[in-house]
Amino acid sequence: MKETRLGDFEEVVLLLVGILGEQAYAFNIAEEFEAQTERSISIGAVHSTLSRLEDKGFLTSEMGASTAERGGRRKRIYTITAYGRRALELSRDLKVSLWKQYPAFAPDFLNFGGQI
Amino acid sequence: MKAKQTIPPRLARRFLHWFLREDLKEEVEGDLQEKFYIKLEGSSPTYAKLNYWYQVLQYLRPFAIRKSTYTPTHYAMYRSYFKIGWRNISSHKEYACINIGGLATGMMVALLIALWIYDELSFNKYHDNYERIVQVMYHATYEGERKTNNSQPPGMGTTLTSTYDRYFEYVVPATQTSEFVVATEDKKLTAAGRFMQADAPKMLGLRMQKGTQRALEDMRSVLISTNLAEKLFADANPIDQLITINANLEVKVSGVYEDLPANSAFYELEFIMPLDLFYSTNQWTGPDVWDNFFMRTYAQVRSGVTIREASEAVEDVMSAHIAPEDAAREKPEIFLHPMSQWHLHSQFENGAKVRSKAYMFVWFFGITGLFVLLLACINFMNLSTARSEKRAKEVGIRKSIGSVRHQLVSQFLSESLLIAIIACIVSVGMVWLTLPWFNELSGKDIQLQWLSPEIWGLLILFTVVTGLLAGSYPAFYLSSFQAVSVLKGSFRSGRLAALPRRMLVVFQFTISIALIIGTITVYQQIQFVKDRSLGYESEGLLTFPMNSPEYYRNYEQLRNELIRTNAVADVAKSSRPLTSALGWNEGFNWPGKAQDTSPAFNTIWVSSDYGNTVGWDIVEGRDFSHDFATDSAAIIVNETALKLMGLENPIGEVVSFDPSWAERKEYTIVGVTRDMVKESPYEATHPSVIFNDDNAASWLFVKIKPNFPAQEALPIIEEVFSELVPSAPFDYKFVDNEYNTKFRAEERIGKLASLFALLAIFISSLGLFGLASYVAEQRTKEIGIRKVLGASVSQLWQLLSKEFMVLVMSACIIAAPLAYFLLQGWLDNYEYRTNLSWWTFAAAGTGALLLTLLTVSFQTIKAALLNPANSLKSE
Repeated sequence: MKETRLGDFEEVVLLLVGILGEQAYAFNIAEEFEAQTERSISIGAVHSTLSRLEDKGFLTSEMGASTAERGGRRKRIYTITAYGRRALELSRDLKVSLWKQYPAFAPDFLNFGGQI
Repeated sequence: MKAKQTIPPRLARRFLHWFLREDLKEEVEGDLQEKFYIKLEGSSPTYAKLNYWYQVLQYLRPFAIRKSTYTPTHYAMYRSYFKIGWRNISSHKEYACINIGGLATGMMVALLIALWIYDELSFNKYHDNYERIVQVMYHATYEGERKTNNSQPPGMGTTLTSTYDRYFEYVVPATQTSEFVVATEDKKLTAAGRFMQADAPKMLGLRMQKGTQRALEDMRSVLISTNLAEKLFADANPIDQLITINANLEVKVSGVYEDLPANSAFYELEFIMPLDLFYSTNQWTGPDVWDNFFMRTYAQVRSGVTIREASEAVEDVMSAHIAPEDAAREKPEIFLHPMSQWHLHSQFENGAKVRSKAYMFVWFFGITGLFVLLLACINFMNLSTARSEKRAKEVGIRKSIGSVRHQLVSQFLSESLLIAIIACIVSVGMVWLTLPWFNELSGKDIQLQWLSPEIWGLLILFTVVTGLLAGSYPAFYLSSFQAVSVLKGSFRSGRLAALPRRMLVVFQFTISIALIIGTITVYQQIQFVKDRSLGYESEGLLTFPMNSPEYYRNYEQLRNELIRTNAVADVAKSSRPLTSALGWNEGFNWPGKAQDTSPAFNTIWVSSDYGNTVGWDIVEGRDFSHDFATDSAAIIVNETALKLMGLENPIGEVVSFDPSWAERKEYTIVGVTRDMVKESPYEATHPSVIFNDDNAASWLFVKIKPNFPAQEALPIIEEVFSELVPSAPFDYKFVDNEYNTKFRAEERIGKLASLFALLAIFISSLGLFGLASYVAEQRTKEIGIRKVLGASVSQLWQLLSKEFMVLVMSACIIAAPLAYFLLQGWLDNYEYRTNLSWWTFAAAGTGALLLTLLTVSFQTIKAALLNPANSLKSE
């Protein structure tokens, strides 16, 4: 069986695919990643993750339109599958639950804080 | 006008095409091109192109690379490659032996050197706080020259502790390491120890076997090394045992620490005593003294503080505590010297760090190792290409039945890898066998750590790099043959094919000859310095540290008894050892001295018999003598000091001496002595002033009568010592032996260099041997025909050897200026040095030629003696 857990970087890429919708192809995702996180990344690194996510069944892809700046080459557009969406939700729930358990960040923080 | 359109770098695109999976090509190229044009808008074309390259390289990921080479059929192919390789090796044993032997020797040298360099670079890493330990040092100006010093007054440590504790976790002032007599009830021996502030064990990260790192806080305690504990107490528990130091100090063992490794700066330290004990027993000094520079100060910088910050903070500490006029003149500037630099970067000149000799040796050996490995690889290449004609048929057949080029390349690379692997295993065995001997030669204690990943990584890297490097040329050369021409029989490797081979042989011999010249020169330099006139007679001269009160009490009696034995010519004492220039003082004044200078002189105090005992050479005036009561105010200067003082008629001149720690006094020069070499024999001698003081002490000298065999004299002398100085071990040293230790570093380098040179020439000859055997074999038929037509053996021998001789001669011609240039640079490091002599070069060249002749002749004569009836039979 394939490994189906969602890694941290994979999660970000998956979210970016969702955000970009019709425009979700490797180059664009890499650009968006750099814009949002202010960290530089190579297209190859993103592409490698996309292909892994596709193997895991979180993404599907098909060849899209071509444009002039690509020298007439088509791009591969990625879309999230239902299974991928489910994985994202599970990951979010786990993190929210963890955040709630951490007293310093939990909403009832003041009860422990000693401020009267 | 529109500028020429910029396009993505062609080479990068071709590279991408080469490795990228077919089905990804379209989208990836599209993405990269889009990125490229975006970059082009925001920045320069060069940058965009670089970024394109970066993006391409970033696609070197498993998912994107063509999978074709990973299929199971290829796995089977590799197995068959190795199998064929193995058959090739075992069917040509002589050739394989030469290859494997040469490679293994080269790898052994490279491995040994790698271990040596690793040891050099990991110096002091044993100490846990390595990153944060510093030694407090300072630059100061004397006589217009910036000098770097490491001795401080005790006040330095005290001030740093009290005022600068924001920067330092520990400040550890310490006395210098020196030898003490350590005695228990039934044993006494000499051991190296020092007094250190109580935080020393914590700072040094001593691993305590018994007791704690706080054990020095009790003033009457001592920490001893495991080794010393074993020597003193054998199996008994050392804790709380009493030991006596130099017969007058009683301390209690409160801890035992693991022996420090040979690559620690504190390696020699066998025991540590509390600094408080030192202050309480030495009334002449104390923790707040600022005018007596005899201590070392170490410190550990707090985490969160950088060494540079701390260094800048304490920069002026010394100026604030010494006399203002001294501070103004010397401008002392404190700096913290990090432990990571102690070993390789501790040479300063004029207040700035310079490349140290130790560091140069690391480079020198590193390059030597690489070259020797390269020589071994060259052998391999040469032999494989030389044999190419033999294998050309194989290549032709393989190609004609459908082998593609990369399969042939893989075949040849697998073969060379196989040989490299075998050679690697052999070389590890050789390293394992020779390591103890190598350690002795290099004065190190290197262990092969079988389990350390670094060693394994290094070995694998070595093997793969060697295998690929050695196999690359034959692989690409052999696989380039055209099947048709090979099989038709018209294939002949032409004159050009032998050219790279010849160049490689020349290269090999250039390196080997240069190494030989280098080795001879190192030895010549050592010999030259060894033959330097010492200015005294070291033969039969014994020296003893006066490390027991009995020496002082019984000196006169000791001297008389020794002379009465008839084995001893004379006995004297002095404040300083003979083989070091300890003890420097300023504050001299003489007629005609320039007022604004205050040069420092090496100063020693000696008893009246000193001159007679050490046999110095008085060139003017007279020696000290008991006959002159006024000699307590007499001095003798050496020639260098006389030159510095610039006195025309020195005898009778009055010199006043006014150091900061004593009253001003006037002395009369009674004699001038020839310079005595005390410190480094490679440097010019220091100016010295010698005072006469019959109460001088610290070092005792005993001169054995010239005709008396030392072996017989020693027991006689020992008997006198054991009677009059029973508390000290009979711990004599021969001055000439002591002096010879000054050559140890250079001698080691010399021996290592000659070892490597020898192995280099061995590898080169091995290659030549293989090549000669090949050439002889190749020309068997030609030789047969020549013989039939009447050529003599010696003519044939000339014919075959000539080519090699020409190659080695060209190597000589290239090596000579190369070696000259490098060695002149090396010799320039020494003030007292020999000159490069022409015969060194001649000897190395002749040696190489003779060796070549010897190597080649064996093969050529064998070929020339063959019966032509046999060699021509098949034609």
